[in-house]
Amino acid sequence: MSVPLEHDYIGLSDASSLERSSESSNISSDNVTNNVFNLKATELSLGLPGFGKISEENATKFGPVIKNYMSGAKRGFSDVNFNGSEKWGLKGGSEADLCKGIDGVFEKNQTQQLISSSDVKPVEVEKKGPVSENGSVPPSAKAQVVGWPPIRSFRKNTMATNLSKNHTDVAEGSLGAGGCLYVKVSMDGAPYLRKIDLKIYHNYAELSKALEKMFSCFTIGQCTSNGIKGQGLTESKLKNLLHGSECVLTYEDKDGDWMLVGDVPWKMFIDSCKRLRIMKGSEAIGLAPRSMEKCKNRN
Amino acid sequence: MDLDQKRTRTVDRVVDSVDRDVESPESTPMCPFPDEVLEPVLSLINSHKDRSSVSLVCKDWYNAERWSRRHVFIGNCYSVSPEIVAGRFPKIRSVTLKGKPRFSDFNLVPEDWGADVYPWLIVLAKAYPFLEELRLKRMAVSDGSLEFLATNFPEFKALSLLSCDGFSTDGLKAIATYCRNLTELDIQENGIDDLGGDWLSCFPESLTSLQVLNFASLNSEVSFNALEKLVTRCKSLRVLKVNRNINLDQLQKLLLQAPQLTELGTGTFTQDLVTRPVADLETSFGNCKNLQTISGLWDTNSLYLSVIYPACASLTFLNLSCATLRSFELTMLLMHCKSLRRLWVLDTVGDRGLEAIGLWCPLLEELRVFPADPFEQEEVAGVTESGLVSVSRGCPKLHYVLYFCHQMTNAAVATVVQNCPGFTHFRLCIMNLGQPDYLTNEPMDEAFGAVVRSCPNLQRLAVSGLLTDLTFEYIGKYAKNLEILSVAFAGSSDLGLKYVLGGCPRLRKLEIRDCPFGNAALLSGLTKFESMRSLWMSACNLTMNGCRVLAKEMPRLNVEVMKDEDSEDSQAHKVYIYRTVAGPRRDAPPFVLTL
Repeated sequence: MSVPLEHDYIGLSDASSLERSSESSNISSDNVTNNVFNLKATELSLGLPGFGKISEENATKFGPVIKNYMSGAKRGFSDVNFNGSEKWGLKGGSEADLCKGIDGVFEKNQTQQLISSSDVKPVEVEKKGPVSENGSVPPSAKAQVVGWPPIRSFRKNTMATNLSKNHTDVAEGSLGAGGCLYVKVSMDGAPYLRKIDLKIYHNYAELSKALEKMFSCFTIGQCTSNGIKGQGLTESKLKNLLHGSECVLTYEDKDGDWMLVGDVPWKMFIDSCKRLRIMKGSEAIGLAPRSMEKCKNRN
Repeated sequence: MDLDQKRTRTVDRVVDSVDRDVESPESTPMCPFPDEVLEPVLSLINSHKDRSSVSLVCKDWYNAERWSRRHVFIGNCYSVSPEIVAGRFPKIRSVTLKGKPRFSDFNLVPEDWGADVYPWLIVLAKAYPFLEELRLKRMAVSDGSLEFLATNFPEFKALSLLSCDGFSTDGLKAIATYCRNLTELDIQENGIDDLGGDWLSCFPESLTSLQVLNFASLNSEVSFNALEKLVTRCKSLRVLKVNRNINLDQLQKLLLQAPQLTELGTGTFTQDLVTRPVADLETSFGNCKNLQTISGLWDTNSLYLSVIYPACASLTFLNLSCATLRSFELTMLLMHCKSLRRLWVLDTVGDRGLEAIGLWCPLLEELRVFPADPFEQEEVAGVTESGLVSVSRGCPKLHYVLYFCHQMTNAAVATVVQNCPGFTHFRLCIMNLGQPDYLTNEPMDEAFGAVVRSCPNLQRLAVSGLLTDLTFEYIGKYAKNLEILSVAFAGSSDLGLKYVLGGCPRLRKLEIRDCPFGNAALLSGLTKFESMRSLWMSACNLTMNGCRVLAKEMPRLNVEVMKDEDSEDSQAHKVYIYRTVAGPRRDAPPFVLTL
């Protein structure tokens, strides 16, 4: 079960998590001759998707590019939202360097995947470091080599649809199909807005917790789906919420309507959410009857 | 000893002593059987390998064999011309044709490379107007070809298209409309232009002969009304695989009409709005007493998965590769599947799920574990070496494995093949390129060494991970029955390929990508290539000169180089070499050079 680390809204976690993950992976590999490369492999570097644990003698075979990208340099904030393709040098020559003899032309969808995965990777890798099952560091993001892994296109496409259709599953920690989704969060009465990446949360509980930290007077506790597919707020829960709390979390969906957070399954929510707004209770009551009706229709 | 065995033994004895010249074999008093006896006897032989052997015995047998052959299998469509086939075999009813090299599945072969079925169809229409079956794999098939097929073969019955491309659902319309005796329409995993589902509505009301219908990989919605009527009137239907658009309610209606099914591919296996209780679905599955195979099961979860439990006891093949199940869901399901022989799953089931396989499926012979997220958009744990070991412990009959994982150890593989020495197909894909044993940090040489040493029946091997020439030394030395070898990102020098070409007496297909093998290695296998179907080498160290030397020495091979804009002129970026009696291709596109 993955537990989201505390992190600031940029999504970079603090140095201590890096240390923790290094330790846990050192313990798992009991080999006394833990060579330099092994340690390097456990570093959670934010470099270009490399080839995982390639031994040093083979690093030359796969080109000097890999060594560069496997160094443990952390990216600064200015790099996080950067257009992925320029930063990672996806075009032309460096592609060819990545692996001797790769076709110069990537499939369009693969390039897109690479861009999106490189955006998402830093956050995910750090989050999972200390909590992965067998204590070893998950493999670093892979270079998108043409035709690797050898999966037929049919299966690739089926899986891509599966990933985006999958409902949230906290146990497996699956997220949406790559990319990030920054939305503005406003709170009535607050002097400035915040921005959060919806893709890094798995369900309403996590979102609620994160927002709670950001806006400490926020009480969205009850406004969660209980993780079971297809069940949002029940009518009674919604009533409790409105009578019990001061603030209500709402969102603007694709149609421009303001909706109560928690009605729809998580996946549907992040697909349609454009921005978030924490409303004061008095304003939110106007929202309630429609939400209640929706609940009625659902149950 | 039955007739088959007796016959084969005779052939074995005679073949050794008779001149192998097929053009004019001597007729000897060793073959006293008249044709009237020989032909019906030989017609009982179905294996094309056996038939090849039979045809080499003597002229009489050659003739008897060619007149009695009903099914011809052509593993490489460019190894022979349709005219030669038609000339030799006068009475063919069924043709199987394979086209592009296998790496075209992974986008390594440019479009328009070839393997067009149309030139074949023209010849087949003249030579075999009563052709009944056509099975194509990795061929280029146009709508025009499908229309031609549908309208020129009045007895046509069975069409199977696997991994083909170039056609659209319009082509399927033609097949549905004109093939009055259709028994089989099997459309799998093709690069098809899906223009809509109305092709299914083109089956006439008079068509009742359908036995196999597989449109699982098509995306468009078909008319359920038309489908239901079709299923209802085709009483011999035994294989039905629908696509994802068919929902559970609809599936239930279909099952009601076709309880005799032996293979079922479901559509989406969940629903938000329950219109009838789950118990009804369970009953429907319970009524299907002959089910041996279930596939599809898109989007399913524990609740809905339980409806198939009544059908599970007799299942021999369960294809869960479209269902993102987790370990406990799989475990609960497998408890009911004691007779399972083949299982395909996604790695979302994890090592825990694989343990359940070892526990509940002692008769398992084949396991395929696919990655749910091969490009790691998300951090999925997948499966590790311990999952595979658990399966091997519980399933001693396991002989076919296809395993995608992120990590592996030499020790684990050694344990697996120790538990299951009967492997015939061992395909291990460690998805991280050049990944060593993650515990010892050594190359994975010893793993594959153990495989080839422990498994004398090994026919097919795919290697991965960090590998030196030692792996290939082992393979060349021990893999006496190996027929198909796939290599990617492995080896240290020419020696690797030399070992393989110098050993492996039964090697038929060799496909290599991104390995440091050069001209010397290629040329070390000069005489071997004629005993092989094909060799693919891409992104290795071959040059045009090396390939030219090979082409010169071996005129009965086609040495084809695919030119790439990015690579230098002297480099041979993609090389495809195959034996042929048809000479150089006449339909080669400009980027394919035959040397």
